[in-house]
Amino acid sequence: MSTMAVPDIAVAPVDEGFWTRSRKVGLTLLGLGLLSAVLFGALATDQQARFTLSDDAAGAALEINGTIGAILFGIIAIAAGAALLAGVPKRWFLPVLAVGLVGFVLSFLCWQISAAPTGQNFMPLVNIIRGTFILALPLIFGALAGVLCERSGVVNVAIEGQLLMGAFSGALFGSISGSVWVGLVAAAIGGAFISLLLAVFAIRYLVDQVVMGIVLNLLAVGVTGFLYERLMQTDAARYNSAPRFSNWEIPLLKDIPVLGPALFRGNIFLYLGLLLVLVIHIALFRTRWGLRTRSVGEHPIAADTLGVKVLRVRYRNVLLAGVVAGIGGASYTLALYSFTKNMIGGKGFIALAALIFGRWNPTGALLAALFFGFADQLATYLGAISSSIPSQFLAMLPYLATILAVAGLVGRVRAPAADGKPYIKG
Amino acid sequence: MSDSPNPQSGSPDKEPASEAQAAQNALGNTERAEVATEPDRPATKPEPGSKPSLGRLFLDNLWAANTFTVTLLSLVLAIVVGAVLMIISDPDVLSTYSYITSRPSDAINSSWTLVSEAYANLFKGSIFDPEAFSGWLDGANGWQAVLAPISETLTYAAPLVFTGLSVALAFRGGLFNIGAQGQATIGVIMAALAGFLLPLPPGLHLLVAVLAGALGGAIWGFIPGILKARAGAHEVINTIMLNYVATYFLTWLIVQNGVQDPTRTDAISKAVDTSAQLPRLLGDNLRVHAGILLAVLATWAVAWLLNRSTLGFELRAVGANPDAARTAGISVTRTYILIMVFAGILAGLGGSNMVLGSTASALTPLVVAQIGFDGILVALLGRVKPWGVLLAALLFGALQAGGNRMQSYSGISLELVTVLQALIVIFIAAPALVKAIFQLRAARAARLQTSLAKGW
Repeated sequence: MSTMAVPDIAVAPVDEGFWTRSRKVGLTLLGLGLLSAVLFGALATDQQARFTLSDDAAGAALEINGTIGAILFGIIAIAAGAALLAGVPKRWFLPVLAVGLVGFVLSFLCWQISAAPTGQNFMPLVNIIRGTFILALPLIFGALAGVLCERSGVVNVAIEGQLLMGAFSGALFGSISGSVWVGLVAAAIGGAFISLLLAVFAIRYLVDQVVMGIVLNLLAVGVTGFLYERLMQTDAARYNSAPRFSNWEIPLLKDIPVLGPALFRGNIFLYLGLLLVLVIHIALFRTRWGLRTRSVGEHPIAADTLGVKVLRVRYRNVLLAGVVAGIGGASYTLALYSFTKNMIGGKGFIALAALIFGRWNPTGALLAALFFGFADQLATYLGAISSSIPSQFLAMLPYLATILAVAGLVGRVRAPAADGKPYIKG
Repeated sequence: MSDSPNPQSGSPDKEPASEAQAAQNALGNTERAEVATEPDRPATKPEPGSKPSLGRLFLDNLWAANTFTVTLLSLVLAIVVGAVLMIISDPDVLSTYSYITSRPSDAINSSWTLVSEAYANLFKGSIFDPEAFSGWLDGANGWQAVLAPISETLTYAAPLVFTGLSVALAFRGGLFNIGAQGQATIGVIMAALAGFLLPLPPGLHLLVAVLAGALGGAIWGFIPGILKARAGAHEVINTIMLNYVATYFLTWLIVQNGVQDPTRTDAISKAVDTSAQLPRLLGDNLRVHAGILLAVLATWAVAWLLNRSTLGFELRAVGANPDAARTAGISVTRTYILIMVFAGILAGLGGSNMVLGSTASALTPLVVAQIGFDGILVALLGRVKPWGVLLAALLFGALQAGGNRMQSYSGISLELVTVLQALIVIFIAAPALVKAIFQLRAARAARLQTSLAKGW
């Protein structure tokens, strides 16, 4: 294929009639609100639902009667749904939707907390927020790796493999050297190694990028699993006992109520992840590098005509993505756990989902990752208060949300135009 | 998604032809011309009555461009890389390399012993074990021991044939079915439920259980199919997501009352009734079961469907160029849905194989193993042709079966098999690399690969 023609996207102004997307979403939200007000209200008990501002039941708390809370927050969701149905200005769509969804979640929580066994009618907010961020962390790194790759037009399904390889080499070389920093660098190189394979095969040998991603994931699982059994299982003390980053407290910020103990007494990866979101967002939309990356991802021929080295930009971005994902993998082995076989366990694919749900945008990916992390944390929490909701259904939430998103129910999701299409200089 | 230029139209049936596809058409034409002008090309089966489509040409070219050599050399390369991995992960062997300049024979000998023993066990566990054969001649063991490796290979290959066909069929229709894993998971659930919940007579029970598995897969294939056809949602994303939904559903279902084995506390379901189990072919001592026969039958059916039926023609036409197919009066919407349903049926049958065959007889969280993901590799290795898929599945089955022996006899982790499988497919996907390494005659296969790449 000598030329890469990008289809003209002629978005004709289509008259959608009364049932615009906003109205459909509003109707759905209205239904959810009704459901929560009636059903959750009926199921909730008269216990006080307490949201404590600490790690446990002690301390100050926001409390509300379970039944009243479930109904009240349900009504908020109804109101938001009705507002969308009545028609709100476009820029108000997202805030109103957010208010409605938060109302729905709070109504649900009021029911669950008030129906919990006596003595457990509380939700420790610090704990929940910290857990959300910890669980979201590999997703944030993974989704950022996806952003870097896909914005330059290379589909990155290999996030899982990059995370896994990062986790593995971080653990291995961290253990051998006894230094967290060596481990961190090794993790970055490990992730970049998988990226290098992806880049060479996708850019140089024009292998289908999705195929390559899937195969690389299997390769990473195989190689790390093999070496884990041969090295780490036989001599864990030598090969699988990496030192860990200790928690760093940030002065001043750590004293903020709730957020301070939840976020600003964490480890380096948390700060690094949040910082990277900011840096990549600014770099992508405000710098020359970002403009080139986006142009290569949207219309490589035009970029090439203007003198941008398309393939070089792609190589660089894919490798950078591997570095980011590798560090994300290290956030497991250099901070939390020792390495185990296939320890990423699908997080790379949720990161891919976060990337798509966040519309190929660093900040969007962050929010999506936090949402998925919250769903994950909620599943753990509900399990702890022996809820009637099976944790598996909450675990499905990120995947279902992504399916709804790409089906166009939560807004139009559009990938970079040249994403996945190899560029052959003609 | 981005591949629908006019998202408001809702159905891809109404989309205008895009430049990219026009370019693809042009590509198809030039290649057709090249094929005609190249005399030394081995005769590609001419199909009377049907013009060669782009997908067809792509596949024919892949086969024609010395596929056999590339496949063989990919295998060799994978085996070499595997050997390197074995050596660098063995501290005893590695230590001999510290004095390789003074006594190179030590390093070479120990490496050779390690690697040759491991690969010998791989062979003995999957194809033929000379010791068992001589034992049979001496009367030390029965004939079963001689056939045991082959029986294991066929047992592992059977489900992979189905999932491989599932992926290959969707590929030919221009869809990338990463969801074979999820479809097989739902298939396994339905087959097992039918297997232990329905009180049916033998024979009928088996038939119902197998069909239940197919139905489960069909449902799970239908969802991304209709989402692709109606909303333009990319099937790669949706099938990945549905894989996980299916897995969580399985782990939830296993521990429900009426499903969980009442005598157990861990996550395992009741066992499938014997009346619903696939009969074993070579007696109870050998695991090979009727699933492999079904797999051959399915291969034949898919080959017929693709090459001889109207639906197959439409499917290939849509796969080659959806806009041209639409112009020709083929309903792309309907074809997309049908492709995914058929792919789901095949993957669901693969799932039924896992629980109705001899691999397992009850649901566990890992009952499906990796057959869906392995199916992707099998389909690629088989060059997305039905009979090629069958051969590829046999190779992968052999690697699995041999890997088990390699693990227990040589202590080489089974993960090495995953590495080998991934490497084989990586090398096959990049024939240009293989040709560069072995200095083969230049081929155009690498360029053809681009026609698969469609992005999101």
